[in-house]
Amino acid sequence: MSTITNEEIIGLISAKFGDQIIIEGEPYGLLTIETGRGQIIDLLTFLKTDAALQFIFLTDITAIHYPEREKPIGVIYHLHSLANNVRIRVKVFLADGDVHIPTATVLWDGANWMERETYDFFGVQFDGHPDLRRILNVDDMTVFPMRKEYPLEDPNRVDKKDYFFGR
Amino acid sequence: MQNHPVYTDNDPQNELSTLNLGPTHPATHGVFQNVLQLDGERIVSGVSTIGYIHRAFEKIAEHRPFYQITPLTDRMNYCSSPINNMGWHMTVEKLLSIQLPKRVEYLRVIIMELARISDHIVCNGVLGVDTGAFTGFLYMMEHREAIYEIYEEICGSRLTTNVGRIGGFERNFNDIFFRKVRKFLVDFPPALAEFEALFNRNRIFIDRTKGVACVTPETALSYSWTGPLLRAAGVDYDVRAMNPYSSYQDFDFEVPVGTSGDVYDRFLVRNEEMKQSMRMIDQALKMIEKEDSNIFHADVPDYYLPPKEEVYNNMEALIYHFKIVMGEVDTPVGEVYHSVEGANGELGFYLVNDGGRSPYRLHFRRPSFINYQMYAPMSRGMLLSDAIINMSSLNVIAGELDA
Repeated sequence: MSTITNEEIIGLISAKFGDQIIIEGEPYGLLTIETGRGQIIDLLTFLKTDAALQFIFLTDITAIHYPEREKPIGVIYHLHSLANNVRIRVKVFLADGDVHIPTATVLWDGANWMERETYDFFGVQFDGHPDLRRILNVDDMTVFPMRKEYPLEDPNRVDKKDYFFGR
Repeated sequence: MQNHPVYTDNDPQNELSTLNLGPTHPATHGVFQNVLQLDGERIVSGVSTIGYIHRAFEKIAEHRPFYQITPLTDRMNYCSSPINNMGWHMTVEKLLSIQLPKRVEYLRVIIMELARISDHIVCNGVLGVDTGAFTGFLYMMEHREAIYEIYEEICGSRLTTNVGRIGGFERNFNDIFFRKVRKFLVDFPPALAEFEALFNRNRIFIDRTKGVACVTPETALSYSWTGPLLRAAGVDYDVRAMNPYSSYQDFDFEVPVGTSGDVYDRFLVRNEEMKQSMRMIDQALKMIEKEDSNIFHADVPDYYLPPKEEVYNNMEALIYHFKIVMGEVDTPVGEVYHSVEGANGELGFYLVNDGGRSPYRLHFRRPSFINYQMYAPMSRGMLLSDAIINMSSLNVIAGELDA
């Protein structure tokens, strides 16, 4: 289906960014790479404008929280190259207490609300965003509810815990 | 979009008025609030406020086993819940690497295409109502009722269907189902033709919709638009054609595109998609006849609940039933992104699994949410009445917008 293989994409990106990029793998065929926040806009610009890649379509921006990690908040971009019919996933992990990352609204207008949603739920500060406000939650909320420290239900309830099943 | 002078606060000519359109306004068909600055009837600027029916589905999903997340997806785009259900099932099946029998995939295509038709019926019908023509809406509603009766035949419910299971369907489809689908394929095309005859060449309708809210392909792509809206702007991106799932590659169908991205083009694209959907249902019915009619799920006892009579009479089935319901079944660790062509565009599921009983993280890429963000910027310079029609043709569903 796709006209470019993941190996070719890795080759093109590695030639430009070298060891600033970590190749995470290809879970279920979707190439996943990781980078630092210093390179993220350069990388996204390269992916969008390179004549061979043409990842012109921003599918999604979201985040994930791994509380036990050194850099707990991960921002995840899904891009789609319509010309090559291939997708790519880019991750940036951020340290707690310094959850800043440059905004992607300079590349895609559609990033605006996606970043607002990510800020609303994970507290990721997108530097340079034109209007970084809460979007789905109430404005006077003080926490970022999708972080793992905020339980959904009564935290004393144990009957639904994984360790009951040896996990 | 026309340019219009913007007055400053101190300007004596400044006679802007502020209008709160929504959150409960009959013309917005849902809970949408837009605070508009109006110069007479012309919109100078607008700010959208969303989140009125936010229900924290992503958080809830982190505490539910996979099969209990299906009812949450129902309540996103409730005009075409089966597509959401199937999209979720397919995401989990992709994670578990389950291969489905062809018959199940074709049955899914029938249900999904019926859902797409019912969604487009509502959208285009309401667009007619908002331009002052109630008749078309009334004619078409009868056939949405027929589709809902088809849903009832396979899952018992009409709006929030919760149809299917991970690995297939909960029960085989009966003869009444196939009879009703065949009847629908006969009854609906004349109604759609009548509907098109009422609107497509209607002077009033064309005057109200043509050239309203034109969108260039570049803008649409920059705003990550998908679905009929993007196709009306002239980009032929359809997940069914580009990344076929559920055996869509076996079907012969076309992806209709528009040229100007205005309200009229979106209307035409949706009408044409309904015809393509009917073509696909017709093909699916023929292809199903060649398959074994007893197959309605994949053979995956680890994930698919055994039949109830087995559970009561067979020890092994009881164990499997218990393991599945209690979430004791092991699932692979991994992350998966799967998307389906929802009625409004690319409906994506980003699932990160740590092997536990519920997802570690689940994110829904909701087309309504992403499509709607252009609404306020594109309303600038528009007449208020045009902005209302524009909102109808965006087909933003509040449940999907807020999740």
